[in-house]
Amino acid sequence: MTARLTAQDISLAYGDRTVATHLTLTVPDRAFTAIVGANASGKSTLLRAFVRLLKPTAGTVSFDGRDVTAYKPKAIAREIGFLPQELTTPDNLLVRQLVTRGRFPHRSALSVGTAEDERAVREAMASAGVSELTDRPVAQLSGGQRQRVWVAMVLAQETPYLLLDEPTTFLDLAHQYQLLSLLAELRDRGRTVIAVLHDINQACRFADHLVAMKDGRVFAQGAPADIVDAPLIEEVLGLPNVVVPDPVTGTPMVVPVT
Amino acid sequence: MSTLKQWSASPPSLLGPERRTVIGCAALLGVLLVLAVVGLCRGDTWDTPVEALSALAGQGESAVVVQEWRLPRVTAALAFGALLGCAGAVFQNLTRNALGSPDVIGLDAGAYTGALVAITVLAGTSAQLAVSSVIGGLAAAAVILALSVRSGINGIRLIVIGIAVNAMLTAVNSWIVLRAELDVAFAAAGWSAGSLNGIGWDDLTLPLFVAVALVALLMGVSRAMHQTALGDDLAVTSGVSLGRHRLLTITAGVGCTAIVTAVAGPIVFIALAAPQIGRRVTGAAGVPLVPSALTGAALLIAADLIAQTLIAPIALPVGVVTTAIGGLYLLWLLIKEVNRP
Repeated sequence: MTARLTAQDISLAYGDRTVATHLTLTVPDRAFTAIVGANASGKSTLLRAFVRLLKPTAGTVSFDGRDVTAYKPKAIAREIGFLPQELTTPDNLLVRQLVTRGRFPHRSALSVGTAEDERAVREAMASAGVSELTDRPVAQLSGGQRQRVWVAMVLAQETPYLLLDEPTTFLDLAHQYQLLSLLAELRDRGRTVIAVLHDINQACRFADHLVAMKDGRVFAQGAPADIVDAPLIEEVLGLPNVVVPDPVTGTPMVVPVT
Repeated sequence: MSTLKQWSASPPSLLGPERRTVIGCAALLGVLLVLAVVGLCRGDTWDTPVEALSALAGQGESAVVVQEWRLPRVTAALAFGALLGCAGAVFQNLTRNALGSPDVIGLDAGAYTGALVAITVLAGTSAQLAVSSVIGGLAAAAVILALSVRSGINGIRLIVIGIAVNAMLTAVNSWIVLRAELDVAFAAAGWSAGSLNGIGWDDLTLPLFVAVALVALLMGVSRAMHQTALGDDLAVTSGVSLGRHRLLTITAGVGCTAIVTAVAGPIVFIALAAPQIGRRVTGAAGVPLVPSALTGAALLIAADLIAQTLIAPIALPVGVVTTAIGGLYLLWLLIKEVNRP
């Protein structure tokens, strides 16, 4: 397993509140990794440490063997892209203008857009399936369309690594599957995708690598088929359950017992 | 039909500005040019535009009046209006709030405190005024940021603290004027509302140089400023160095406000209203700099024309006009803000 992005013995805290200690995780390259766990298990916090939004109080997050905070901001932003859960859309911003902002780390402060930027923006919109929306104001789109536009924005950043914090939260079920399929497609085209997901069955179906977190620790990790069973899910999610094969994909499917 | 196909064969650029924004900016530019010509014509006896423009070229009997009196005043109104518009855009972006304008949160008052110290304690030279205004503005900004550090830079709390700081600094300014020597106090009081009366080229040389530097700085931070409008998290993960960026933009914004205050006193309302009017006229995304600057310039020169003609031959300080209009706007904005869910 090759890996460029690793967390080595990190401790994470918000102010006085410690979320994780001595956490070590290696994210497999060119795979779809899903991070799952109960609320407050530290999954989003870990993601924030990977993208430099939270500085570990001990240990280091490194990319290609170098501390992520030692890179110039734009240099590391050309390697690792991030889609936060909460998104702010400025008024009047058009879809193409938002997607173009994904080019930020590739442009100097005063440069005008290059043909390369133009190509990247066009491809990102095509990948995310929003080419038809080019000149629409983002604020007027439906939830599903808007999320895809934001994904296009991060795609235009053209980073080999793509991290997403609960990207399906505000979507209806059909759009959730559409988005996860898109992420799987991106993985097929060579990107490394790391997403915090709250639906364990979606994680099992789409992810190559599952990271199950509990109380700020990595409780188990591996291919979903190898690690997911009823005791693990009960331990990690606190839910009595049975695990059966998914009738469509054969991946593990968790059915709650209450 | 075939030409139409050829057109659509090369798709329009995705990266260019929006058509409506370009048209809106051109319209604003047109308005402020017309107002500038009116400003050049305006006197106790009005010149025709033809007379005024030929006077600019050094011809006609009003050449001296136009070149030495009216042109510096028009230049000051345009440049200061643009600077105030930029300052407003910078702080409204920074605070993500239409109320987060330097004149509301006390940066004008802080710069004016600095200017008053320069007049009353120091010799009051142009350079001293500029430097101490900037220091006063930065000190006010530092106090506001320090007091709102827990709630973050983009909360309503920062605005409320700013309004309180503004009130306190205004009181301090009155106290300084009351304590000063009579002639100094007289000069300072005439200037405390913000005025372009009697402004000449001598007063403008240094501010215009500083303005050029500030515009260069703003061009440098503009893209990162718009990136930050997408949220702090996304700004950081797409490569904005947030701490450095904030330091640079606060410095630029305070610089814009302070340099105007150093020459003309605290002119309120322009920084507050120009960015919001500008973005509505141009339909531009977020709070953009260029429409704010153009609107600010148009607003200030319009206000100055009103100030000069309202009870002519007495010229009011322009700040009286902007305060009167701005008070109503601020009231409307506060009501809207309070009612916001």
